[in-house]
Amino acid sequence: MNSTYPVRLQLNGEARHFEVEAWVTLLDLLRERAGVTGTKKGCDHGQCGACTVLVGGKRINSCLTLAVMQDGREVTTVEGLADGDQLHPIQQAFIEHDAFQCGYCTPGQLCSAIGLMNEGHASTVAEVRELMSGNICRCGAYPGIVAAVTEVMGLEQRQDNPDRPYQPGTVPA
Amino acid sequence: MNPVSYLRAGDTGEALSHLGDGARFIAGGTNLLDLMKEFVMRPSALVDINALPLDYIAQTAQGGLLLGATARNADTAYHPLVRERYPLLTAAILAGASPQIRNMASNGGNLLQRTRCIYFYDVAVPCNKRQPGSGCSAIGGLTRQHAILGASEHCIATHPSDMCVALAALDAVVHVRSAGGERQIAFSDFHRLPDDHPELDTTLLPGELITYIELPRATQFAGHSYYLKLRDRASYAFALVSVAAALDIGDDGMVREARVALGGVAHKPWRMPSAEALLVGQPANAGNFARVADALLAGARGQGENNFKPAMASKAIVRALELAAAGTYDNTGSERDGSD
Repeated sequence: MNSTYPVRLQLNGEARHFEVEAWVTLLDLLRERAGVTGTKKGCDHGQCGACTVLVGGKRINSCLTLAVMQDGREVTTVEGLADGDQLHPIQQAFIEHDAFQCGYCTPGQLCSAIGLMNEGHASTVAEVRELMSGNICRCGAYPGIVAAVTEVMGLEQRQDNPDRPYQPGTVPA
Repeated sequence: MNPVSYLRAGDTGEALSHLGDGARFIAGGTNLLDLMKEFVMRPSALVDINALPLDYIAQTAQGGLLLGATARNADTAYHPLVRERYPLLTAAILAGASPQIRNMASNGGNLLQRTRCIYFYDVAVPCNKRQPGSGCSAIGGLTRQHAILGASEHCIATHPSDMCVALAALDAVVHVRSAGGERQIAFSDFHRLPDDHPELDTTLLPGELITYIELPRATQFAGHSYYLKLRDRASYAFALVSVAAALDIGDDGMVREARVALGGVAHKPWRMPSAEALLVGQPANAGNFARVADALLAGARGQGENNFKPAMASKAIVRALELAAAGTYDNTGSERDGSD
């Protein structure tokens, strides 16, 4: 068995070089080898979205790809979203809309939201909900997440249901 | 997962030459790596085919399209020519998995994904698909996701793909290559029923690589197609029952041609040309659609927990054909009719 393989990544704007076994996932490389632990391991089976990162600007589940398969790619994790102390607009919107409780899914939600905007296929609140469905939030912060994403996208209708307006910090009746 | 070696193939010949015993091709990896983590699949070598020039969507001179094997599901679904000519395929792909997975998963891999039968995934229990001859734990077990058509005493698993249901309805052709040359496989012949060899999902032979999927011209259906998917939650779940319906309706309101394929009910996308033929020359109405449903579901049998499926499938077939007849052109919105 060949021992290790070279993996060169442009990780959050920085050129990084690793030597890893073939069976190391991108998620495990990020967390265990690169020391970048913002990206979370939830289910490790592509069912929860907590491990979502951006590769070449597109969102993927980092648990379902091998690090060696991403050799030479540009990878952005939650650590790479802010510009110094200046939060990315989606990060600021998550704070303002109380879009998390425990926060475990949040790095994946943030990367997924940016991927969603990059992809450009959502133009309504319903489409935002559908195209964010790969990210599970077991605290149920979905109304805040949808409000944050739609606000940053500049969508007019920010609420799921205008008849039941949602206020951050409250429980929708 | 078990230790495995890795090779990035530079061209098709190199990829095929490394497909020895225990080696598997990897493109998106979304299903294979998941199965490797569960020790359901234990390849000794992975041959990465992402560098092969198979990531294209190309037109044919006859008005069809070629879908490269390593083109991503998302890139396929959103391609302007796919949306224009095969809205049914766009809808089916977008009904499956999540945006992250669709960004990774390849077209060839979608065809080759394995069943999500919970017993296939659990290496502690018998499964004829995972370990031939060991028995079927699903029969008499938890069968909500299992087959009602074409099952055998050895396996009642279903094929999990949405994309393949649309490809079946669209009469796609799978092009494969091996060291010995190339061949074509009609989509209806690509996936197989379990019979007494449930370990074989497809008719792809050892040493063969899917290179592309050919879609014949189908503009007659583009205005009257619908993919209806019924599942346990509004998004990101496998189908209990899905229906790919396509109609060619003449100016006189009579059906010229019909296609109906079912997902979630069998070991392969379920089609029956004789049932579709019942609609030819007939008005596109619910009564005639119900006759198609009856014919398609003749012999359907629940396994216990999924005894609701024949009735659900019957209503889903009628509903999908009604929506297709209504001319719902862009049917990719999940909340468009509130039914999926």
